[in-house]
Amino acid sequence: MRADKGTGLAIRYVVAIAITLIFLFPIYWLAIISFKTPNEIFAFPPIWWPEAIQFANYRVLFKDGDVDAIWNSLVIAGVSTTVAMFFGTMCAYSIARFRTGGNFLGEWIISNRMIPPIAIVFPIFLLYVSLGWVDTYIGLILLYTAFNLPYVIWMMRGYILDIPIELEESALVDGCSRWRVFVKVVLPMARGGIFATAVFTFIFAWNEFIFALVLTRSNVTTFPVQVTHYFGVDSTFWAKISAMSMLGMVPIFIVVAAMQKFIVRGISLGAVKG
Amino acid sequence: MAQLSIKGLRKLYGRVEALKGINLEIPDGEFCVFVGPSGCGKSTLLRTIAGLEDINDGTIEIDGEVVNDLRPRDRNIAMVFQNYALYPYLNVYENIAFGLRSRKAPAAEISKRVSEAAEMLGIEALLDRMPRQLSGGQRQRVAIGRAVVRDARLFLFDEPLSNLDAQLRDGMRAEIKRLHQDMGKTMVYVTHDQIEAMTLADRIVLMRDGIIEQQGAPLDLFERPTNRFVAGFLGSPQMNFVTTRIVKDDGALVLQFDDGRKLTFDESRHAALNDWIGRDVILGVRPEHITRAMGEATQAANGGAVLPVVIELVEPTGTRTYVQFRLGQTAVTAELPSHVVDRPGTTIDLLVDMNRVMLFDPETENVIA
Repeated sequence: MRADKGTGLAIRYVVAIAITLIFLFPIYWLAIISFKTPNEIFAFPPIWWPEAIQFANYRVLFKDGDVDAIWNSLVIAGVSTTVAMFFGTMCAYSIARFRTGGNFLGEWIISNRMIPPIAIVFPIFLLYVSLGWVDTYIGLILLYTAFNLPYVIWMMRGYILDIPIELEESALVDGCSRWRVFVKVVLPMARGGIFATAVFTFIFAWNEFIFALVLTRSNVTTFPVQVTHYFGVDSTFWAKISAMSMLGMVPIFIVVAAMQKFIVRGISLGAVKG
Repeated sequence: MAQLSIKGLRKLYGRVEALKGINLEIPDGEFCVFVGPSGCGKSTLLRTIAGLEDINDGTIEIDGEVVNDLRPRDRNIAMVFQNYALYPYLNVYENIAFGLRSRKAPAAEISKRVSEAAEMLGIEALLDRMPRQLSGGQRQRVAIGRAVVRDARLFLFDEPLSNLDAQLRDGMRAEIKRLHQDMGKTMVYVTHDQIEAMTLADRIVLMRDGIIEQQGAPLDLFERPTNRFVAGFLGSPQMNFVTTRIVKDDGALVLQFDDGRKLTFDESRHAALNDWIGRDVILGVRPEHITRAMGEATQAANGGAVLPVVIELVEPTGTRTYVQFRLGQTAVTAELPSHVVDRPGTTIDLLVDMNRVMLFDPETENVIA
C-alpha cells in the first residue's frame, strides 16, 4: 500500500518535471543563444552549452542604442497602465455602486475591448498624422490607455462588487466622505484585484505590436517592434534577437514575480461576479 | 442625547413602496426596537435614519433638526451592522479608531477613547489582533466598540446578533442592554427576533409591509395587541388561533368549535360580545393560558373553562412542556409545567383561562374583545 503510494508520487513528479522542462526549453534556448558566438549559433549538431559565456550580443545592443526600445516600452506601458488604473478604478466604482449608466454600461464598455486592433489602426494612424502624434509617447500612451480602460473597468467592477457594501456604509456613517471611503476602504479591500489587473494591463501594453508598428518610426520604437528590425531580407540577426528578447523579458519577470501572490488571488477573486 | 421624530416617511424602490407613511416619536434616551418579519421595512427605516437611503416623502428630525438632506457623516450617529463590517486590513485598535480618525480627533484623545471603549467591552487584550483572528462574539464586540467610541447622539443597530450562535446571542443581548443603561443614549435596534425585541426594548415598533402595525411598551403589545398579526408575532410559542363561532347556550355565551366542543365565557365579557352572537370569530389563546384542570373549584375561581383533549404531541423543554392537541381541525399548543408528561393518545382535562383569551374579527383581523 505504502510502496504503491510512493511509486505513484514518483511518477507524478517525473511527469511534472518533464512537462516543466518542455515549457522551459524555449526560454533556455533563447537565453543560451544570447550568450553564443555566431558560429556556435549556427553549429550543427546544436551546441547545448557554449564554451565561454560572452556578452558581446548585449554589448552591441547598448552600443547601438537599441536598448532605448526597452526604455520606450517601460515608459509607455508604465504610464498607460497607471493612467488606465487610476481612471478605470474610479469609473468601475461609479458603475458598481451608483449604477452609473444603468445596468449595462459595464457590458457596453467591455464590448469596446473586443474591437480587433487591425480594424481601427489605419483610421487612428490618419488621425494621429493630422494631430502630429505619430512616433510620440503621448500617441501610444493615450491609445494603450483607451484600449486598456475597458478591461480595467470590467475587472475592477467585479472586484468592487465583491466588497461587502456594509464596510463602505459603516465608513460613511463613521464620518468619511465618498472620496475618503474610496481611498480608505475600497482601495485597500480591492488591493489584490488592483495588482492583478495592473499586471495584465502592463503585459498587454508591453507586448502590443500592431499599433506600435504602425504608429512609431524611430523616436519611440517599442521593444516588440525593435525585435522585428533584426529580421532582414538576406539575413536574420539571431544573436540580437535573443539578447533583446532576454532584456524584454526581465521587466515582466520582475513584475510577475513581485505580484505573484496578488495575481493568483486576484484572478480567482474577480471570477465570482460578472 | 437625541430625540428622534419621523413624520409621514415614505420610501419607494422603483414602484415598490417599502415604507408607507411612517410616523414615529422616539424620546431621548429610549431603547426602541423595530421588529417584524423579513421584508417589513424595518431595516429600510433604520437606513433612512442613518442617511444610507434617500427618502421620497416625509421628514426625519433629530433633536428638532430636519436631517433629510444631511449626509450620513453629518448626522452624528453611530451604527452597528449585522456582518460586523470590520476592516480586515486594520487591527482591532485601528478599527475602533477609524471613526475618530475620519473626524480628525487628536491622537491623545483617540488613544484614550479607544482604551475606554475596549475596557467597557472587555477587549483590551485583543487590540493588536486582526479581525480574522477573532471569534464571532469578539468581532461583534469590536463592532460595538467602533460605535460607542464616538460620542454619537444616536445609536443604530441593524440585526447585530443574528450572525451569532444562540448561547452567545443571549450574552451579547444582555451586554447591549447594560450598555444602554450605562450610556443612557437613544438607541434604535432592528431585529426579526421577538425575544430580543421583548427583552431589550423600552418601546417596540412592530412593522409589517411598510407600515407600523403597533408600537408601545413590550408588555403593552404582548398583552394588548390590536390585531391578530401583533398577537401572533409576539410570544413563543406563538399564540394559538382557532376559527370558531359565538353562540348563546342556556343564557351563557359560548364558543362552539366545529367538533362540537364548547368553551363558556364568564358573564363579565358578555356585553362586549353581544354583537357577535351567531357569527364566526377567531379565538386567540396563548399556550401559557391553557393549564391543567385541577377540579371544579379552580375553574370557578379563575373564570376558566375545562376542555377535555387528546394529547397528540409532547415536547419537553426542561423548564416547561409543550403539549399539542386538536381543537376542531386546528392544532393547539398548551404550555404545562414540566412534570406534567403524559403519553400521546392520553385524554386530559385542560383549563382555558377565558379572561385572557382574545377574539379577532375574521375579516379585518382586528381585536374584538
